[in-house]
Amino acid sequence: MKIVVCVKQVPATNDAKIDPETKRIVREGMQAILNPFDTYAVEEAVQLRDKFGGEVIALSMGPEKAALVLREAISVGADRGLLLSDRAFGGSDTWATSYVLSKAIEKIGGVDLVICGKQAIDGDTAQVGPGIAAHLDWMQAACVMEVCDADKDTITVKRMHEDGYDICEMSLPAVVTVVKDINTPRVPTLKGRLASDKSEIPIWKPEDIGAQSSKIGLDGSPTRVVKTAPPPIRNSVTKKITGTSAECVKELIAELRLRSIL
Amino acid sequence: MRLKNDSDKLKYSNVWVVAEVLSGKIQPVTHELLGAARSLADAKKSKVWAVLLGHNVKEQAQLLIPYGADKVLVVDDSRLSGFSDELEARILVRLIKKYKPEILICGATTRGRALIPRVAVVSECGLTADCTELSIDPVSGDFLQTRPAFGGNIMATIRCPFHRPQMATVRPRVMKAPDADFSRNGEIIFEEVTESDASKIKRILEVFHSDDVAVNLADAQIIISGGRAMKGPEGFKMLGRLAARVGGAVGASRAAVDAGWIPYAHQIGQTGQTVQTKVYISCGISGQIQHLVGMQSCNLIIAIDKDPSTPMMQMADIAVVGDLFEIVPGLTEEIVKL
Repeated sequence: MKIVVCVKQVPATNDAKIDPETKRIVREGMQAILNPFDTYAVEEAVQLRDKFGGEVIALSMGPEKAALVLREAISVGADRGLLLSDRAFGGSDTWATSYVLSKAIEKIGGVDLVICGKQAIDGDTAQVGPGIAAHLDWMQAACVMEVCDADKDTITVKRMHEDGYDICEMSLPAVVTVVKDINTPRVPTLKGRLASDKSEIPIWKPEDIGAQSSKIGLDGSPTRVVKTAPPPIRNSVTKKITGTSAECVKELIAELRLRSIL
Repeated sequence: MRLKNDSDKLKYSNVWVVAEVLSGKIQPVTHELLGAARSLADAKKSKVWAVLLGHNVKEQAQLLIPYGADKVLVVDDSRLSGFSDELEARILVRLIKKYKPEILICGATTRGRALIPRVAVVSECGLTADCTELSIDPVSGDFLQTRPAFGGNIMATIRCPFHRPQMATVRPRVMKAPDADFSRNGEIIFEEVTESDASKIKRILEVFHSDDVAVNLADAQIIISGGRAMKGPEGFKMLGRLAARVGGAVGASRAAVDAGWIPYAHQIGQTGQTVQTKVYISCGISGQIQHLVGMQSCNLIIAIDKDPSTPMMQMADIAVVGDLFEIVPGLTEEIVKL
């Protein structure tokens, strides 16, 4: 099974602080990490390869330093990494990003399965996985919590929904996006780290994948950001309730009534 | 489609709402979106269309009109009984080509967030995910879509000046559902599934629909959420009793999910779900940043904890300092008496 796992480098929130005034995350000085949902995508790809044989190729689009997240994928078992990096890719929205990734997947050739994380924690759109499937006209399953079965032609997956789940069978090639429930990502071994350090990460440009210039970057992106603004500031005063448990209950109920919640 | 020039915009009109029906019931988000679509259509002096795809949904079509639909496009076919992204996307792409809506909105549910990106890519349209505010730009007449990004730390307003239709998925429980007006008139149009729509689609083998409202975080008005301090599955049963009392759902921090006390479907935060409820009651959740990004947009945040110094207690609107194992049952009991 030839598997492409799409990964993204995103700002970390681990070391973020909360601004005491706005009660929002301070983004300055954050580190860049492998998107958390993608760690499950990488693990699932590696497990499927170990079960069915084949190859796992980690694919990312981003600046040159995004090679780091490809190395991270290699350190936990991906066979190789490919980076799509070029000024012309800059400014791509989800339409253009999924186009570029789909062109790279076509260029890789013979791919049976594409695995993505459910969404990236910076954009939170969850649109790139289904977008890749649409560009390729492959079947797709989003929010996959379990790969139930697979063979050379089909894959059966369990999808999580708000109100339960379903199980569906798709013919390959296909695209799946995964949620955290699907597995427990492994920790890289020393051998894995050494392999990832030594690994060559080729960089592909638009011409390498035959991407049309009108479909990439800002030109290829239907959406335009008109403005960005901080979210509405939360009421910065915290109403503190103390006392015996019975007093706390009474006062909390009074507060809820005051706010017409009860 | 990418527009060749500005006058191409005039070929597109009306606001479409893609309805969501589960177990034969129109979902609340569809009513909310019909309300939002009504305001947009009024601003554009155009009509609201609902699009209803499903099996045995004919009777439901009539029920969309009181909430603001002027026309309802219905595709009723046994192949639409499960959620086949490929099939639904092909039908929508075809209907969009035929009727040329100016705007299309759909609930940002797991199904909507899987389906509409596929439609947008094939239709060559822009799409904005998870919107919380929608309006019409008075100058350009374009559809302005505002959404939170990076866990709600920034609000971005998006428009698609050169492509039609303009598409957005919208968070459940953010827009207000209008009151039903049963005197409204509307037209119902039936469409069929074609052979090419139904080629190469997934096979749905099993569907499990839980009637347990405690699981459905997206649909809840109130979420009672617990963390490591719940000490075990029993603690979550206690939260479940309060949730049942107020008709809310039960949420959890990653720590509680990883400990196996409650299924992943309840996890809120960076690797779980993002929620935006009216009321969020945090019980013993310290408030690590990965949790806060999943719930900080809730309207009213109440935290209950022994320790008043946790980030959650600091950011909450109401911080109750005390023993949650006494306060939560006390609250449950008092609410019964109300």
